[in-house]
Amino acid sequence: MMAELIRNRMAASALAFIILMLVFAAFAPAIAPYNPTEIDTKNILTAPSKAHIFGTDTLGRDIFSRIVYGSRISLSIGFIAVGIAVLIGIFFGSVAGYYGGRIDSIMMRFVDIMLCFPTFFLILAVIAVLEPSIFNIMVVIGATGWMGVARLIRAEILTLKEREYVMASKVMGARPAWMIVRHLIPNAIGPVLVSATLGVGGAILVESALSFLGIGVQPPTPSWGNMLMDGKSTLGVAWWHTVFPGLFILFTVLAYNLLGEALRDFLEPRLRR
Amino acid sequence: MMDGTILKVRDLKTHFQTDRGVVKAVDGVDFDVRTGETFGIVGESGSGKTLTALSILKLVAPPGRIVSGSVVFKSEDLLLLDAERLRKIRGSKISMVFQEPASAFNPVFTIGYQIIEAVMAHQAVKMSKARDLAMEFLKRARIADPAKAYHDYPHQLSGGAKQRAMIAMALVNSPELLILDEPTTALDVTIQSQILDLLDEIRERERLSTLFISHDFGVIARMCDRVAVMRKGLIVESGDKAQILNDPKEEYTVSLLESVKALA
Amino acid sequence: MLRYIAKRLIGLIPVFLGITLISFFVIHLAPGKPTDIQTSLNPKVSYEARLRLEKLYGLDKPVYVQYADWLKRFATFDFGRSYVDDRPVSQKVAERIPITILINVLSIGLILAIGIPLGVIAAVKRGSLADKSTTVFAFIGFSMPEFWLALLLMSLFGITLGWLPISGIKSLDFEYFSLGGKVLDVAKHLILPVAISAFGGLAGISRYTRTSMIGIIHQDYIRTARAKGLKESDVIYKHALKNAMLPVITILGLSVPGLIGGSVIFESIFAIPGMGRLFYESVMSRDYPTIMGILSIGAILTLIGNLIADIAYSYADPRISLPSAREGASE
Repeated sequence: MMAELIRNRMAASALAFIILMLVFAAFAPAIAPYNPTEIDTKNILTAPSKAHIFGTDTLGRDIFSRIVYGSRISLSIGFIAVGIAVLIGIFFGSVAGYYGGRIDSIMMRFVDIMLCFPTFFLILAVIAVLEPSIFNIMVVIGATGWMGVARLIRAEILTLKEREYVMASKVMGARPAWMIVRHLIPNAIGPVLVSATLGVGGAILVESALSFLGIGVQPPTPSWGNMLMDGKSTLGVAWWHTVFPGLFILFTVLAYNLLGEALRDFLEPRLRR
Repeated sequence: MMDGTILKVRDLKTHFQTDRGVVKAVDGVDFDVRTGETFGIVGESGSGKTLTALSILKLVAPPGRIVSGSVVFKSEDLLLLDAERLRKIRGSKISMVFQEPASAFNPVFTIGYQIIEAVMAHQAVKMSKARDLAMEFLKRARIADPAKAYHDYPHQLSGGAKQRAMIAMALVNSPELLILDEPTTALDVTIQSQILDLLDEIRERERLSTLFISHDFGVIARMCDRVAVMRKGLIVESGDKAQILNDPKEEYTVSLLESVKALA
Repeated sequence: MLRYIAKRLIGLIPVFLGITLISFFVIHLAPGKPTDIQTSLNPKVSYEARLRLEKLYGLDKPVYVQYADWLKRFATFDFGRSYVDDRPVSQKVAERIPITILINVLSIGLILAIGIPLGVIAAVKRGSLADKSTTVFAFIGFSMPEFWLALLLMSLFGITLGWLPISGIKSLDFEYFSLGGKVLDVAKHLILPVAISAFGGLAGISRYTRTSMIGIIHQDYIRTARAKGLKESDVIYKHALKNAMLPVITILGLSVPGLIGGSVIFESIFAIPGMGRLFYESVMSRDYPTIMGILSIGAILTLIGNLIADIAYSYADPRISLPSAREGASE
């Protein structure tokens, strides 16, 4: 009982934080006190103060404003990458599950093979070949993260096929494909939603890692990841440059993870029905 | 004990805390098991008979809880003992055989290992002696190839063989009281009677006091000296086997007997 | 057992082929030819010279011939020569692999040594403070950007406190240390990287162990163990744990690619001369042969890791390698 209440409060705060970040992203110009790319050579690397609550960076830009604008990058990359992953996953899983047989074996082999590559290596390699751009990053993260959803969808379809063919053989003339889709959506939407929510967190982590390494979002566009790249070069000198952007990454990803887990718990008892 | 009673259960209550309130699975059960006899508890599923057996050795898992009552074994109330004293009794003075042999053994250890564990937990003997004991009792349980069974893993044995192994494991420390919870329910009919024959044999040879739980009146009739009928957590009627079978006093007992006769 | 291993090995062949296909595909995603970097920046290179270079790399042949070539070279670990210093890629990688493997192995060791006990305690003392804090810790571990943690710890331990070195794997005066001193020096350099690398995995394993244990503790055979009169510690740490570890082995196998991929980040941060850092440098300098070589080797390492996990699992779970009874067999 107690545990449930606490868990719900955590989920609620996670949701609240996510909404806050969405607000940041949507209304960045209104919320950010300064222009994120505005250089101010008189205020280089100043500690947090009333004027700049998170301090300034190596070019005098206000870190808080850059964080607010950075939320746009992180969230949009997160959503779109996951969107791509889910679409590819649904397509893959459906085809494999529906057709079964050889097509299924080949496709699932493909999934196994993809899972052999360290995802980060693959992403880095592709970006190295294609040059970093926000669009490329979204596509690559999506193209390397669909495997889980594919397996989910395939499993659902396989279970449904068992049931549907039993029914269909009694109700002559029923088209199994349509019935499968109709039953698939309510059953699969839950786990896919959980996977997607957790996936946003993962995508944000990957994007910030790429930006940190210099092959993600390129300066001067502010991303929490590339701000940490500057944080590295000012280590020991400007703690605020490292602490704040990282904190936002941590909290945002944490929020998505908590939300995802809460969703999963919420769906659990229903699954047992 | 002076009056030849090895187990005295008084007012045993075991309740479950669920979302929908308290379920009084065992709600005030009294019975005695006399030394050397086989005492049966018969009832439908849900009557609380298995839980009664589990309560005796305090093996009830949460959300179940033994709420009150006493279980006096020879002269000690088991429910009041500390963990270590209870541990010494489990498996050596009082042993239990469970219903599902397939899940009662740990799948990652061999049969022989699990039996030896039972020995080493209670007897201060060398490994080789423990091994001999294990083999001895596997033979006594009439397992077809004791040496092979000893080295086999549980999944390599058939259901009947597993149950024999469990019986061997329960007897290896020569207990004074054996509790059998539906020992043949999960087995094929032919195997069932073989196991019952084995239990008969053991009973005669060892003069073991036995508590036999079953939903099958036929099995109870065959194996037991005295019987108690359980329903919804309470004992409805109890007495000598002959009396219960031929002259039942309670309506419920009558209907239970009728259903068995209908099948026969 | 050997038969099982042989079967698994044969099953790996299609996967291996698939790996070669995908890495081949990736390299050909580049618009233009891989040799453009070498040639396009240098106007003095004549058209004939460019053709010769392309012929050298086999880029003038049809795609399927190129793939067959690639396959052949892959099998012999010939990934060509680095654009950066013209040394054979396999040689460069071979120099760097030991360190990366060392760090990852240490990391796995740390994950198991801390993660499993944490998970067991959380399961046994379910609902207690220990359990809840383990869960909190696990969530933070999942959500933590490892490179940020690295920066923070570097700042704290390396700069502010000065306890641990923050770059490389040896100090400058390494050569003058005694053997014991050398070991200690390397150890000091490895503490932060291994700890950071293990952090996320630790969170995962502790949570997974907890879930696994909770499921096992309610099994019938645990009840039998107690009914036999075994000590509670034996019940938990022998009977329950051995079963709970089975899925953990699988999870470990699945986390190998993540560990290898993660090595890019912290090897770069801590300036460790490992395979991950080499990969990063190759990406930055667009050294395609090395990039492809490391990508492929990374996949092969994962394959090996999975195979080891599979074998370990079949060794630990007798139900896999030994056949079950047929009805009426041993009575």
